[in-house]
Amino acid sequence: MDNGTPETGAFFERDRAWHPKAFTPDYKSSVVRSPRRALLSLENSPGEITGPVFGHDMLNENDADLIHNFARPGESALGERIIVHGRVLDERGRGVSGALLEFWQANAGGRYRHKKDEYMAPLDPNFGGCGRTITDENGNYALRTIRPGPYPWPNGINDWRPAHIHFSIFGHGFAQRLITQMYFEGDPLIPLCPIVQTINDEAAVKQLVALFDKAHATPFDSLAYKFDIVLRGRRSTLFENRMEGN
Amino acid sequence: MAQSLDRLKESPSQTAGPYVHIGCAPNFIGIEGVFDHDLGVSMVNDDTQGERISISGQIFDGTGTVLKDALLEIWQADSNGLFNSPGETRGAADPNFTGWGRQPTDIDSGLYRFDTVKPGRVPLQDGRLQAPHVNLWIVARGINLGLNTRVYFSDEEAANAEDPVLARIEHRVRVPTLIASRESDNYRFDIHLQGDKETVFFDI
Repeated sequence: MDNGTPETGAFFERDRAWHPKAFTPDYKSSVVRSPRRALLSLENSPGEITGPVFGHDMLNENDADLIHNFARPGESALGERIIVHGRVLDERGRGVSGALLEFWQANAGGRYRHKKDEYMAPLDPNFGGCGRTITDENGNYALRTIRPGPYPWPNGINDWRPAHIHFSIFGHGFAQRLITQMYFEGDPLIPLCPIVQTINDEAAVKQLVALFDKAHATPFDSLAYKFDIVLRGRRSTLFENRMEGN
Repeated sequence: MAQSLDRLKESPSQTAGPYVHIGCAPNFIGIEGVFDHDLGVSMVNDDTQGERISISGQIFDGTGTVLKDALLEIWQADSNGLFNSPGETRGAADPNFTGWGRQPTDIDSGLYRFDTVKPGRVPLQDGRLQAPHVNLWIVARGINLGLNTRVYFSDEEAANAEDPVLARIEHRVRVPTLIASRESDNYRFDIHLQGDKETVFFDI
């Protein structure tokens, strides 16, 4: 599979006021890990415009099913079963085909399968916490998982992360690379979270909140959430015989 | 009333957090049986053209402490300066070279290492040739938006001297932060997120 007709234009400039700033002292880990000097602005060259192809041939059948992809045969992960689905679009509203999505999350109790996570919630032997998929020709994707639990973290004395799923997205160009997090509609912890608060704009936060989508729930199986992701768009390549298209 | 530009906004970034490996390199931290192998661990095979090199180093925070929970990705041209991508319009790249690598830093030492080939030269859009370089992207806990930088090579003095990107760096004392030093077949490239030796990062 390919990633569709390759586009070769440069990407739109990133709106760095919409993204979190590097230095956000209420999120304490950023204090010593944030560059303080101005970034050097760089026009896109082939190294920024291009990116590798990720094909469906690298996926296994269960890669996007976190309920089963780590579970013992005949068993499944514990928790509230959900479907998360949506589209990967670019800033022009066009579906991004062939985008690689990787996702990871805590289990239903709020604990990660990681030796550095020492939260007292139990590990679920049937839950690994990772999955991946590739968008179809229109940019659609879907995954199945259990709703992750909220968990405490050592930032403030009593800081809790809202339930969330991490998303890593690789579209068509290296400059389009993005890691973000998906939150759940109605979660009271969202506005209290220092990591959410690294984002300055309420509308930008809202863009990371998946909406409850009962229409896509599977009867007697899973509830559903809708989560669209937007990657950078491209300026179209200028063709002298098609000036009106630019 | 003004017309809408009809543009969407890019999804805002969030930190990859300390557990980025669960999603992007699960085998590396012992989550086995989900994926056959971690993506991006191997860029070359026996038939890859060009000079074999490795690039390794550590990432330091503003106190000089090594990051042990970071993930790095590189994207680079093959030995002829072509990218293995459908968006490459200048020719066909070496099919035995992916051009893309992903490596975590070691959980104990903080060292990362890519086994790759020395890239060829790639032009800017205006045709001026750039010096051989590797595009690098870093995510970790405490990094709100992935950081982009470049790795240049210490034994490419002539090409580096005429590189249009390096030439744009007004503060010349910062240029060495982008140049990996050669030690036999390995290039050492340390990254400083902050402080006197802060690496030059790019808004691309």
